Amino acid sequence: MSQHTLSVLVENTPGILARVASLFSRRGFNIESLAVGTTEHPEISRMTIVVNVEELPLEQVTKQLNKLINVLKIVELDPSSSVQRELVLVKVRADAETRSQVLETVQLFRAKVVDVAPDAVTIEATGNRDKLDAFIRVLEPFGIKELVQSGMVAIGRGARSITDRSLRALERSA
Amino acid sequence: MTTEQMTGAQALVRALENVGVDTVFGIPGGAILPAYDPLYDSSKLRHILVRHEQGAGHAAQGYAMVTGKVGVCMATSGPGATNLVTAISDAYMDSVPIVAITGQVATPLIGTDGFQEADISGITMPITKHNFLVTKADDIARTIAEAFHIASTGRPGPVLVDIAKDALQATVEFSWPVTMHLPGYRPVTRPHSKQVREAARLIVQAKRPVLYVGGGVLKAKASAELKVLAELTGAPVVTTLMAKGALPDSHPLHMGMPGMHGSVGAVGALQRADLLVALGARFDDRVTGQLSSFAPDAKVVHADIDPAEISKNRHADVPIVGDAREVLADLIVAVQAEHDAGRRGDYEEWWRQLRAWRKTYPLGYDHPADGSLSPQYVIERIGQLAGPEAYYVAGVGQHQMWAAQFIKYERPGAFLNSGGAGTMGYAVPAAMGAKVAAPDAQVWAIDGDGCFQMTNQELATCAIEGIPIKVAVINNGNLGMVRQWQTLFYNERYSNTNLHSRRVPDFVKLAEAYGCVGLRCDRTEDVDATIAKAMEINDAPVVIDFVVHHDAMVWPMVAAGTSNDDIKIARDMAPDWENGD
Repeated sequence: MSQHTLSVLVENTPGILARVASLFSRRGFNIESLAVGTTEHPEISRMTIVVNVEELPLEQVTKQLNKLINVLKIVELDPSSSVQRELVLVKVRADAETRSQVLETVQLFRAKVVDVAPDAVTIEATGNRDKLDAFIRVLEPFGIKELVQSGMVAIGRGARSITDRSLRALERSA
Repeated sequence: MTTEQMTGAQALVRALENVGVDTVFGIPGGAILPAYDPLYDSSKLRHILVRHEQGAGHAAQGYAMVTGKVGVCMATSGPGATNLVTAISDAYMDSVPIVAITGQVATPLIGTDGFQEADISGITMPITKHNFLVTKADDIARTIAEAFHIASTGRPGPVLVDIAKDALQATVEFSWPVTMHLPGYRPVTRPHSKQVREAARLIVQAKRPVLYVGGGVLKAKASAELKVLAELTGAPVVTTLMAKGALPDSHPLHMGMPGMHGSVGAVGALQRADLLVALGARFDDRVTGQLSSFAPDAKVVHADIDPAEISKNRHADVPIVGDAREVLADLIVAVQAEHDAGRRGDYEEWWRQLRAWRKTYPLGYDHPADGSLSPQYVIERIGQLAGPEAYYVAGVGQHQMWAAQFIKYERPGAFLNSGGAGTMGYAVPAAMGAKVAAPDAQVWAIDGDGCFQMTNQELATCAIEGIPIKVAVINNGNLGMVRQWQTLFYNERYSNTNLHSRRVPDFVKLAEAYGCVGLRCDRTEDVDATIAKAMEINDAPVVIDFVVHHDAMVWPMVAAGTSNDDIKIARDMAPDWENGD
């Protein structure tokens, strides 16, 4: 089993998330993480899907995704040639005694405090999976009250854009 | 381009006319009612009022299979739409181009659990090639054009268009032609020439090649090209259940049907092959048996219009994405080029083996010892008397397999059945659709007593609409195929397979009640006369109750999940593979 990051460009139409999600479940593929948002072009949405599969089923995943009429393009992003980020918001116990230690950890990981209460702080951190895992491990001893994470978003390094050509196809057919 | 003001419903009907629809199978109801009003005025569309929406769906399939055009069915929201689901699923599994049009509750009611509301686009998402929920009248015409384009191009399949009632009632500026907006839909039909050349090279190098032909060849209307390639190479051909008639059964290169109930020759050919050339076939589990032991020595050339089929079940050494007809046309040229360069396959030794299997293990059956009627004999005689120009439409089960084995198919498209989904109840409504599509041809439904009782209400439609199909009910009083499995794998414990349908219902009376002619036959010597009598009647549907022996079994058989190598030609009887030289 290995982890793969797919960038899926889709038409921004109602029901597209359901189509993609139901395809994964009915073909027995597991979604590790999923993030959806619009792109620089409002008619195109971009999904970043992290899947845990063998090489061969991954080919099936992309072929099956390609069969969805509203899917425009699928690109697998290699971790070494792309920037991959997740965001985490974490509410950590921090009273007068431990607050300075918590803040030190925040600085160390280049995270930031977004809310402060008398006995807790809420921290925002971004990074790749490894960094966030490490960050959470360090915070754990203070007492994590609540934690929420985004799915991963990723973009290829360098000047090339994966949306250019899809955009042209979209404009041609409009 | 003309622009005209009309209602969404009128736009729907006009769009259907404009894309070339001439027949719609359906049932009206609340949400779709606005569409039925302009339908009433249309001189181009014949609407056939069925008795159950599932019947409309299968009839659209039968119509599509015979004409090659998109079949159309129509239903109202909620239960009307959900009753279409089985037929849509069937069309999805067998790649049949149909468009299902359903009414939906008015937009403000969507999501509120309104009366007769069902999320049919959500429900059918996994069983349609694509579906649409239309909430604006402006989108109706374009969506219909897109739906027909998607259903009929690439790998064909069902498309559902769900239209909200208020969209049907709203006023719209109708203009035609419309511009389709499908930027993500680009089916590849032209095969890659390098891959085709590689396939040709493998074909001439192989010692034991097999052309493994699936339903895609029929969908692509590529039978002529298949025959040329087969004769050019001299390679044996097997045609799957979905491809019967792609090469005439009588053709000397034809080794029969592979699979769970295939001939020993066809199954053996696949198992011992050193090269499989799969054309529009999808390595279904009913063909491969246990996948890990399927055709262990074979390299695989896999040509299919759907890239997702290639290497899905079996790794393809040479993948070719393209329309079967274009692939075959290019393969013919490429193989000819190999021949011209002095490279030609020598399959003589292979054929010695194949001929031996064919001679030693022909398909066959015994007449029951007690003198009762043999179901195989009945089906075989129907095929012989009705001939190759007739259409044969089977349900699902033993009778379906016997119809595949004992009727000789000499032309493409003569055999319709529910292959992938295995939908009991397919035969009567699909035969109805086939007969509407080919009114001058003889259309025989070969049905089982179990299947027949699932959809025989469409006999009323046939009687009233003047669709004189013939239905042969192969009545063994049981769910025969399930009973066969109970015999073989469940110690003859016949749990819930006895339908008692020799007593209830009386199929002759039932036929008569539906305005059809009912006949019964339970003696071998009466079979021909009964079939002849049915063939003489052309002004009403005919139902024949063939009362047959209930212990007849379908052989050969590869038990589910076992290897094709373990095929049995009768209970506990395995073929001797080395036999026959």
